[in-house]
Amino acid sequence: MTKLKPWISLSGIGMFAVVLLAVAPLVLTDHWLTNLGKYCCWAIAAVGIGLAWGRGGMLVMGQGVFFALGAYAMAMHLTLETAGDRVPGFMVLYDPLAPLPAFWEPFRSAGFTLLAIVLLPVIAAGILGYALFKRRVKGAYFAILTQALAVALATLISSTIRETGGDTGLSDFKLFFGFVLNDPANKVMVYLIAAGLLIVCLLAVWQFYRSRFGELLVATRDAEERVRFLGYDPANIKLVAFVVSALMASIGGAMFVPIVGIITPAEIGAAASILMIAGVAFGGRASLFGPALGAMAVGWGQSSLGSTWPDGWTYILGLLFVVVILLLPNGLSSLPARFTGWTRRSPAEQPAPAFDAAELEEVRS
Amino acid sequence: MTDASLVVTDLHVEFSGFVAVGGVSFDAHPGEVRFLIGPNGAGKTTCIDAITGLTKGTGSARLGEKELLGKQVHKIVRLGVGRTFQTASVFDELTVLQNLDIAAGLHRSAFSLLRARHGIDPSIEQALAETGLAAELATPAGILSHGQKQWLEIAMLLVQDAKVLLLDEPVAGMSHDERTATGELLQRIAAKRIVLVVEHDMDFMRRFATRVTVLHQGKVLSQGTVAEVQADPKVQEVYLGTAGAATTAAMAVVPETVAETLKLTED
Repeated sequence: MTKLKPWISLSGIGMFAVVLLAVAPLVLTDHWLTNLGKYCCWAIAAVGIGLAWGRGGMLVMGQGVFFALGAYAMAMHLTLETAGDRVPGFMVLYDPLAPLPAFWEPFRSAGFTLLAIVLLPVIAAGILGYALFKRRVKGAYFAILTQALAVALATLISSTIRETGGDTGLSDFKLFFGFVLNDPANKVMVYLIAAGLLIVCLLAVWQFYRSRFGELLVATRDAEERVRFLGYDPANIKLVAFVVSALMASIGGAMFVPIVGIITPAEIGAAASILMIAGVAFGGRASLFGPALGAMAVGWGQSSLGSTWPDGWTYILGLLFVVVILLLPNGLSSLPARFTGWTRRSPAEQPAPAFDAAELEEVRS
Repeated sequence: MTDASLVVTDLHVEFSGFVAVGGVSFDAHPGEVRFLIGPNGAGKTTCIDAITGLTKGTGSARLGEKELLGKQVHKIVRLGVGRTFQTASVFDELTVLQNLDIAAGLHRSAFSLLRARHGIDPSIEQALAETGLAAELATPAGILSHGQKQWLEIAMLLVQDAKVLLLDEPVAGMSHDERTATGELLQRIAAKRIVLVVEHDMDFMRRFATRVTVLHQGKVLSQGTVAEVQADPKVQEVYLGTAGAATTAAMAVVPETVAETLKLTED
């Protein structure tokens, strides 16, 4: 049907890579390159949301949780690396004599930190997903549960100022695995790592979407019971997509810390998690590029309009959201196809409704 | 294919006090097209639901040596029990080939799932030829005709290599020609597999059934060949009412209209 399609997508990723990795560092100022790096981090999380929500039908409204796991793991390592033998900055403020919390100790090791960024979200999402999907929790119930977890984690961090820095968060990182973060060359390097990871994540979901697993995931999204009667356990299929999306959120969070230089509970709570979803919906949740581009667009709006006109920005974002949902339910990425019509979108890219009425009935009964 | 049979013994299904199936026993063997018939609410579909693990039942349902009751749905499928539903349930968004490929993936390793599909499984080509869907390979299943969707479901059972095919009203809503084609297809399939059909269509049953079990109010009313069942006065009573006091000849004519009425009232 669409034999050429994979190669079109792949060359799209290639062009995206050239723009991000080669063109952007040459033409953008340091300030905007840092901003673009920040958008890349949100985009990495968004690519995962596209996989879980767009293709898997799981409305993951609490990706802030996994974003936080990666971000705080990275922030703890950078804090310790910056402090060296001295007391970490966040502890100086209230009680310089207190011992370092025990769970911080292993994060002195760079290897452990990198491992934690990968393994923490996999373990957390694995346990959470297993418990939820085996019990067939889905639809709005799943969405609310994940959202509640993001709220809970943000509250926990806020209230444990002695262990995590609380609302003030962790900041003032000077070193990044031995590199001085103030050095402009190192800033470009950190940006390139984030952009490179975004490309890697896009390649990963590209392969997912064209694989048999991708077809199976769409089948599960559209008719979970039928998949069960084909001899698969839908819980396992959804679990894989959920864990991969959690891993991507964690990677995005980890790169967010050296680029932005601060992580606070506000970056991971309910509002932040919904902003990630908004970008994905905006761009087109079931398409390959939609989530990443949507997240970057929302991120750009956030840091340009959001800082100059914060009151208005919220309304503009809300208005955009309503307009896109009303007029372009498949997001902005469906716009070219609407006008030209030459790329017949594969049916898998037509996402199922976010809330399936039948599903709700099923849970209610 | 082994000559394992499906043997259901003393099957009970209760829904919070209401006995939907109260002690049903029957068996089905490869080589015969087995029919399960009965008026609305007789418990036909509930029997299939219990065998496939969708609802809880007590008693026994064995495929060869293996007990099916109490196992999870997807594990029962992996033992070789496949089913279709009253409303055709294929993946509308995926093409015919993708639908069949997912059905064929049952025995694939998890790792191979991460690769893209190259070429078409021989089992899929065979099933396409068998069901006459070869021309529709790239068609999204959602735009197939009703009859083609049912055939696609049967083709999916074939590629997943089901030993037992439980078909819930496979010809409902089909044209006369489509019914004939479906009946002949089932007879071909039944040569090597166990085929159990739940039906309301008496004409279809008469033309293609090898053996029939009649259910009524959750119990087996009669069992045997089409002729034996039609001759059974209890069956005539259930289908025609006591006033009917019908003869065998009447039974052969009237059920057509009965079946039509039943179909209209079926949920």
